[in-house]
Amino acid sequence: MAGRSTLAAFVAELRTIGLPVSVSENVDAMAAVLAMPIADRATLKSALAATLVKSADHYHAFEVIFDLFFGDSRVGISELTDPAAGPAAADGVTAAANGAGRAGIVAALSDADLSDLLFQAALAGDQVLIRAAVAEAVSRYAGVEPGRPVAGVYYLYRTLRRLDMDRLTARLIAADNPADLPEMDRALAAERRRGQVADIRTEAEAEIRRRLVADRGAAAVARTLRVPLPEDVDFLNASAEQLAAIRQAVQLLGRKLAARLVRKRRHHRRSALDFRRTIRKSLGNGGVPADLVFRKPHPSKPEIMLIADVSSSVAAFAGFTLQLASVISSEFSRVRSFAFTDGIEEITDDLGSAPDITAAVRGISSRPGVVRLDGHSDYGMVLESFWERWGPQIKSKTSVIILGDGRSNYHASRSYVLRAIRQRARHLYWLNPEPANTWDSGDSIISEYGKFCDEVVECRNLRQLKEFVEALD
Amino acid sequence: MTDQQAWEGAAARAVRPSRLGSPERTAQGLREVGYLPDQHIASVVYLGEQLAKPVLIEGPAGTGKTELAKSVALMSGMRLIRLQCYEGLDEGKALYEWNYRKQLLRIQAGQASGERESDEAAFWSDIESDIFSEEFLLSRPLLAAIRSPEPVVLLIDEVDRLDVETEALLLEVLSDYQVSIPELGTVTATQTPLVFLTSNNSRDLSEALKRRCLYLYLDYPSAEREQEIVRSRVPGIGERLAEQVSGLVRSLRAMDLKKRPSVSETLDLASTLYLLGAEEVTPKLAADTLHVLLKYQSDIEKAAAELVAKR
Repeated sequence: MAGRSTLAAFVAELRTIGLPVSVSENVDAMAAVLAMPIADRATLKSALAATLVKSADHYHAFEVIFDLFFGDSRVGISELTDPAAGPAAADGVTAAANGAGRAGIVAALSDADLSDLLFQAALAGDQVLIRAAVAEAVSRYAGVEPGRPVAGVYYLYRTLRRLDMDRLTARLIAADNPADLPEMDRALAAERRRGQVADIRTEAEAEIRRRLVADRGAAAVARTLRVPLPEDVDFLNASAEQLAAIRQAVQLLGRKLAARLVRKRRHHRRSALDFRRTIRKSLGNGGVPADLVFRKPHPSKPEIMLIADVSSSVAAFAGFTLQLASVISSEFSRVRSFAFTDGIEEITDDLGSAPDITAAVRGISSRPGVVRLDGHSDYGMVLESFWERWGPQIKSKTSVIILGDGRSNYHASRSYVLRAIRQRARHLYWLNPEPANTWDSGDSIISEYGKFCDEVVECRNLRQLKEFVEALD
Repeated sequence: MTDQQAWEGAAARAVRPSRLGSPERTAQGLREVGYLPDQHIASVVYLGEQLAKPVLIEGPAGTGKTELAKSVALMSGMRLIRLQCYEGLDEGKALYEWNYRKQLLRIQAGQASGERESDEAAFWSDIESDIFSEEFLLSRPLLAAIRSPEPVVLLIDEVDRLDVETEALLLEVLSDYQVSIPELGTVTATQTPLVFLTSNNSRDLSEALKRRCLYLYLDYPSAEREQEIVRSRVPGIGERLAEQVSGLVRSLRAMDLKKRPSVSETLDLASTLYLLGAEEVTPKLAADTLHVLLKYQSDIEKAAAELVAKR
């Protein structure tokens, strides 16, 4: 059974990265550990996951930390190094490493033979051998320096670069691809191989983490690792994987927000009594009006104009915001979107037909209307041409939302345009994806524009974006 | 609360005889009634019974959330009581309701039969204690599950459709297995029901509700498990066809689609192909039967283009 102090430290770490673990959930986790016949890591993981993680988005972060704290202390490898302990492991198929003392053989291989061994192991699907090969590769290539407070990203990079994963994938796909195989099977087999290579990558990552934990202890490694939850990932410096995770989360968030907005509007009890329907309903109770029926409130649906900076520095942020807006667009009478760098164009129709909005935004950002000269943002120029072309269409029901970092590359600000917009529109908001403490540094002139906005909102991650939309009406 | 106290409390709750045996026995039992669980699912179901806590099942549509609850009922031979949630569901439909009409009849009958002879006050208190008795109480699913003399499985389906305010109705039932009726007092369960809640994740459930439940996320199954499901649900299907179908569905799920194919749609495709007498999936056959898996025209077009590109 897991030590009590480990469990306590584990929960403390979950709380630190922002998982809301309450006291009663902590008690439940303990009860679950006691109630389950804990046979292996998998059962322990199930027990802890069921009691501590209450949202699917958080599961990945849980998994990483679980592996740090309850990582199997090198099971596969000890089987290999101790010849007597591993009869099961020795059932492996590959000739290069058959029989006792496989670890010794693995260690003695040349670099080329090691990648060949990995290839053979993957081809045969021999998990134990894959682990041994990956472990050896980590010892050789990662260059782990004991005691350094790092998260291991660079070690992983070094290991994978030497193992050359692209080549491995290509070899695997070529290997089980005789020409007479039906095309369908070939495509499916290739996909399976890609999945396998991704698993090897994960294994290398896990191996490096295991070494870090052995070196510095789980709590210390967790401190340097600090996997953020998807809603806390910064838009501006997210990795490709994180961006994909955010995109999925935005879709879900949009649906949730739309449902919430509908409820918020529907559940006003301030509307007038519907006399006719109340009387009709009372007939079932012999004329006693037990249930009162109220008239449905008339929802006020605002119109929204989104003006998005799509220049390269903030394009990801603009993409997500536009995606979110399109998901909840049914809750507004109209959502119109405009994209700009140093020229501006309306893109409402482009987004309406695009299946993937973030990809569409990337395409739009290089369009001639959007890029007038060099594609560096020129807020002053853009605001002025927006005002000339679409200004008359702003009504008292329109909320205007500007998405951008307010970095105008030292062009004139022309902020008087914003004052004019503010006077005509119902609300004027500015969402800025930069951290608030860097505002007004360098070429940022956000506070000059901010004077005329209802509010300038820092919007660096999904959590902040969600808060803003919820408050919107 | 200190750690020490927490452990003692936890230990006291953990020692209970189990109706499901062990996680392995649970998995075995589910298998026998035709539901193929993985290790995690079986563990959480077992844990829910052992800790007497409701299990909140979340996940995309069509991954077998409702099916799991039904299978647990089938496997353990308990009665299944189901509460289907929808917007506007209120306590009159979820918990209990007084039978107004019957109460009115009782009052009128009392007046007609001349009970009035006696003094006014006694007459009224008589009627009052009478019409607020169990005879005039209509049990709705939650109360029925609590009052049932034998153990039952309570399934609260699509709990995310409830209004936020109505969600609070569930809390007393879920944490203490009791219902308070102002006129009658508190009804406590003699047998702890096994409770399952399902949610499609269309909104965030309240922290209070989540805290009272164990959480189980049912994602799309792994290719191997799906293949196994196909083979058990479509008897007679060839090994190769089953493998190809699950492979095809897996690659479709990796695409960016409006609605990804669910397990039930995989089964539909498998039985379609089986009935068509196909022995293997060719890209052409796959493109022709895509409408079984995908329900949006734009998705079908996208997937068909992808299938052609793979040639």
